[in-house]
Amino acid sequence: MILMPYLLAGLTPDWTDLIGAFVDAGADAVEVGLPFSDPVADGPTMQEANAAALARGARPAALLRELPAAPVPIYVSTYANLVQPPDFLDRVAASGARGVVVPDLPVDASATHRAASRERGLHTPLLVAPSTPDDRLRRIAAASTGFLYAVSAMRTTGERASVAAAGIALARRARAVSKVPVLVGFGVSTPDQALALSRHADGVIIGSALMRRVLDGAGVAEVAGLVADVRRALDKASTDKASTDRVRETDPA
Amino acid sequence: MFRTLGADYGGAYLPEALVPAAEAVAAAFIEAWPDPAFRAEYADLLATYAGRPTPLTTCRRLSAELGVRVLLKREDLAHTGSHKINNVLGQALLARRMGRTRLIAETGAGQHGVATATAAALFGMGCTVYMGHTDIARQAPNVFRMELLGAELVPVGGRGTLKDAVNAALRAWVSEVDTTHYCVGSVIGPYPYPWMVREFQRVVGDEARAQCGPTLPDVVVACVGGGSNAAGTFAAFLDTPARLVGVEAAGGAALTNGRPGILHGFRSRFLQDDDGQIREAESISAGLDYPGVGPEHAMLADTGRARYTTATDAAALDAVHRLCRTEGILPALESAHALAWVLAAAGTDELPAGSTVLVTLSGRGDKDIDQIREAS
Repeated sequence: MILMPYLLAGLTPDWTDLIGAFVDAGADAVEVGLPFSDPVADGPTMQEANAAALARGARPAALLRELPAAPVPIYVSTYANLVQPPDFLDRVAASGARGVVVPDLPVDASATHRAASRERGLHTPLLVAPSTPDDRLRRIAAASTGFLYAVSAMRTTGERASVAAAGIALARRARAVSKVPVLVGFGVSTPDQALALSRHADGVIIGSALMRRVLDGAGVAEVAGLVADVRRALDKASTDKASTDRVRETDPA
Repeated sequence: MFRTLGADYGGAYLPEALVPAAEAVAAAFIEAWPDPAFRAEYADLLATYAGRPTPLTTCRRLSAELGVRVLLKREDLAHTGSHKINNVLGQALLARRMGRTRLIAETGAGQHGVATATAAALFGMGCTVYMGHTDIARQAPNVFRMELLGAELVPVGGRGTLKDAVNAALRAWVSEVDTTHYCVGSVIGPYPYPWMVREFQRVVGDEARAQCGPTLPDVVVACVGGGSNAAGTFAAFLDTPARLVGVEAAGGAALTNGRPGILHGFRSRFLQDDDGQIREAESISAGLDYPGVGPEHAMLADTGRARYTTATDAAALDAVHRLCRTEGILPALESAHALAWVLAAAGTDELPAGSTVLVTLSGRGDKDIDQIREAS
């Protein structure tokens, strides 16, 4: 199981330390968000985080320059308006990140972005949602590179009490057609939820639960503690059933 | 049509979860709009419920003072007090046709919220309106009207204006796409909304053109926030020699001061900083307090078919007083921006003496009386 924690760049002065701490806690990849003024796919926690980072004076170009080298793949994520300028992808490529996730750039509007990313050797993971019909899901999966981001519920980002059945159903549908690993995010916030998904997806993305801790003043170690907890739960489950698991290539390229 | 406009304006830049919902709206509108039964029911509602056609008023005293003939298209006299009802009745009919049982809407000045709450009451639908807390404070009469009409009002944080209200409505729509129609209030949002709302508002322009008779106006003027009353008005005059003028609030002038960007599901021009962070608009008029503009206006600006200019808060307030005193009509602060342009341009090369100008008076100013009193 791939574990991809998320952090919002620029939220705290020591945000870059979180990347190393996540890796030490067992992250297989890290999603690094760049703050945007109007994060329409995000729930209250991430809205607060985006506003706080911008209030601190966070600027995307500077954040990309500060992005540290990491032993695992880093994916940048931010909204379409920040991705538009022609030099944005150059900056992402120069940062060492593997690609960009753009939650408000659906497949139909992404051809230019995908071509420009491909030219720069960047992946373009696309998103699918429970409302995505099968034929469209196939089209998105075919265009998605690096990984396929499955949105677990018909909601904005945020912590939830449980993983919706719709999320599991989507992960199964996505996995049936995807040639790249299917990672489930939006509302995955506890080890139990990650476990519930482990049978049906190739990995999980945890964001709001981590950023909630940062916003509440938790230090780097405490925030990364949740990543370690999820890692332990996933590893235990995979040891328990390793012999029966089908073998899959699950590295996010 | 309208899926993309010149320079790729328009489009549908949405979180994936909302894409099928927007496509369903597009498919339903494409099927409904040419359907004579749909059109007949819509026309009947406009005539028997909304009070259309609204009159075209010749401003006798103001025209004499300015030396130009000023015609007002009186959307202030439509039911609920603005042009917003035209769009909302169309979308409510569409929502019912799609089997939706609830309407959600964003609102700035509250005119679109009131119109949506009205249509929801008329159709027996549930209704939730998202409104920024700043706008709630400055548009108290409309807040109460919405509640009186049975709508649930959800205050929205951030700076608490129209931009935040649209964000909140889009976020809410994700979790109720199966039951709920998002009734977007202007020619903004993802495809098909800019086109659909323009089509529902073109009745303003079509009526005005017919009411003008054989003498077409030399200039057609409307205020522009998102730009729905202007889009509906301009639509009927695009094929005439009339010059088209859109007037934005000086503090929310996406066409004058903005650059291309993507927000709220569409590509157009937006006020934004060098990084692409959307800037806050600043206007006395809650309805024009929007950092973007409908994609069709961005296209009309690029092609030069329409010209876009600005009016300050002070000029809009002056125009309110002037129209009250000369014609006995209290315009909405939004509409007063269009009038302010006429007052400033009359007698200049832009609006020479003896010419005829058609102004869309998009709404009445009753909602603004507290603000006007405080600012005067």
